[in-house]
Amino acid sequence: MADLSPPKPIAAGPPAGASSAVPRIPPSIAGGEMEVAFDIAGFSLWYGANQALFDVDIRIPTRAVTAIIGPSGCGKSTFLRALNRMHELTPGTRIAGRLRLFGEDLYAAAIDPVVVRRRVGMVFQKSNPFPTMSIADNVLVGLRLNGVSDRAFLRDRLEASLRMAALWDEVKDHLSRPGISLSGGQQQRLCIARALAVQPEVLLMDEPCSALDPIATAKIEELINELRASFTVIIVTHNMQQAARVSNRTAFFYLGKLVEYDQTRTIFMNPSNSQTEAYVAGRFG
Amino acid sequence: MTTPNQFQPSARQHAWRKFVSGAMAGLMLVCAAVVMAPIFLVLYFLIREGATSLDWAFFTQLPKPSGELGGGMANAIVGTFVLLTMAASIGVPVGVMGGIYLAEYGSERANSWIRFMADVLNGVPSIVWGMVVWALLVVPFKTFSAYAGGVALGLMMIPLVMRTTEEVLILVPQGYREAGLALGIARWKIITVIVVKTALKGIITGILIATARVAGETAPLLFTALGNNFWSHRLSEPISALPLLIYSYAVSPYDDWHRQAWAGALVLMAFILSLNILVRLLSRDRKFT
Repeated sequence: MADLSPPKPIAAGPPAGASSAVPRIPPSIAGGEMEVAFDIAGFSLWYGANQALFDVDIRIPTRAVTAIIGPSGCGKSTFLRALNRMHELTPGTRIAGRLRLFGEDLYAAAIDPVVVRRRVGMVFQKSNPFPTMSIADNVLVGLRLNGVSDRAFLRDRLEASLRMAALWDEVKDHLSRPGISLSGGQQQRLCIARALAVQPEVLLMDEPCSALDPIATAKIEELINELRASFTVIIVTHNMQQAARVSNRTAFFYLGKLVEYDQTRTIFMNPSNSQTEAYVAGRFG
Repeated sequence: MTTPNQFQPSARQHAWRKFVSGAMAGLMLVCAAVVMAPIFLVLYFLIREGATSLDWAFFTQLPKPSGELGGGMANAIVGTFVLLTMAASIGVPVGVMGGIYLAEYGSERANSWIRFMADVLNGVPSIVWGMVVWALLVVPFKTFSAYAGGVALGLMMIPLVMRTTEEVLILVPQGYREAGLALGIARWKIITVIVVKTALKGIITGILIATARVAGETAPLLFTALGNNFWSHRLSEPISALPLLIYSYAVSPYDDWHRQAWAGALVLMAFILSLNILVRLLSRDRKFT
């Protein structure tokens, strides 16, 4: 089995000017054996008459971090939202192709999107703790509204989720304060704790650090490194250094097509497609 | 090298422009003052004419028969609250749920029709509401009643509450709905527990504004609640209300009744004003991050 140990966390992101030097690449999953979380084939998606995704084929491994990169409008967020059927909030969308999670077709007629989203959690670009709720209520809302009322269990999940999100030590003494009283980076970690509390199998992250400063970003990246051990993490990012720092595998999307998908090291050091090479070198995008 | 600016005003032109600018600003200030003046005039006259007639008896006693001095409007004050309670129990649930439908569920096409009709309803003259409810509830049951008055006011509240509810729900950022959905929470729970709760202050504000609006309505009550010089013991009987009693006292030939009409108007105005102040307090810190 390949080396799955997470890379040592980097304290802060490298300065933007350092983009010419390819940042340190984490050890990636070696080719061949991997347990597949998402098995996607011939997947296309339309917003009304506009096709946003074209025939995507990708197998995303479990217990690993997969980064999705590409210029704005390339379909990477659309792809991410298709993984837990969040795109269905936009009226007039339609899909074709196969999308399976651990062998189960998430778009089968009998599958309720609400159940899909319990299995596939999501963290958004803009932190969005519920403004009427305390820190504790924010973390537990997913469980409570799904009918969990056992106090001991809720208390355990509260602490475990906040610890996993590396927020417990900062908030344990004021769990009843409003969630929105926290700083931006803490709010984003609160949202991660909230997503983890319902024990999803997969965590989708849609540019989770784009509104954060470098220190808060470093904390989230550290956290992603730890989540790697037990979750399937898929992260959309505009920041190529971030993709290189945190991911095992990287997928490059361009104009709605999956251009290249490989181990992160390969994508950044030795891409086989010239568009990928141009993008990771910062020549367009 | 730039050419001399031919649009550069001369000193005289400049002085004239400054004068016109100042004059216009002054005119607008006067207009703003004219907008504010009526509220002070209303309060001034109500207090001058009404305050002296406000005594304990006004709040505790029934109206005296014509010719006798004294008495009060206790039954009308209570009647107004009874009517408003009935109106709210119709207008609030229907209006709030209609607003939730508009903001969260309805299709673009259906919504534009519902909005249009709600706006038309908001513009229906209040006396028309009275006539409609008279035909619906007074004629078939062969009696004026508190029920009919409450229904008339309640129907008037529905479009008001509905539109304000919709507006504040739309202000709740989409991110909260998405965050809830991403947790695998059912949509109706997200709407009730997260979205409506986030917008609750705004919804309450809308309800209070609608209540204040119908509290002073006289016309829809003329054919429905009718008025009553005594306590109403059943909601199926005619009931008194402050605007009704103010109206009948104000058109009466008795000085004592005129005084009491002023006092009643003062109480009504104070009630509506305090609802509005409550609204200001509630909406002061409405913000969604």
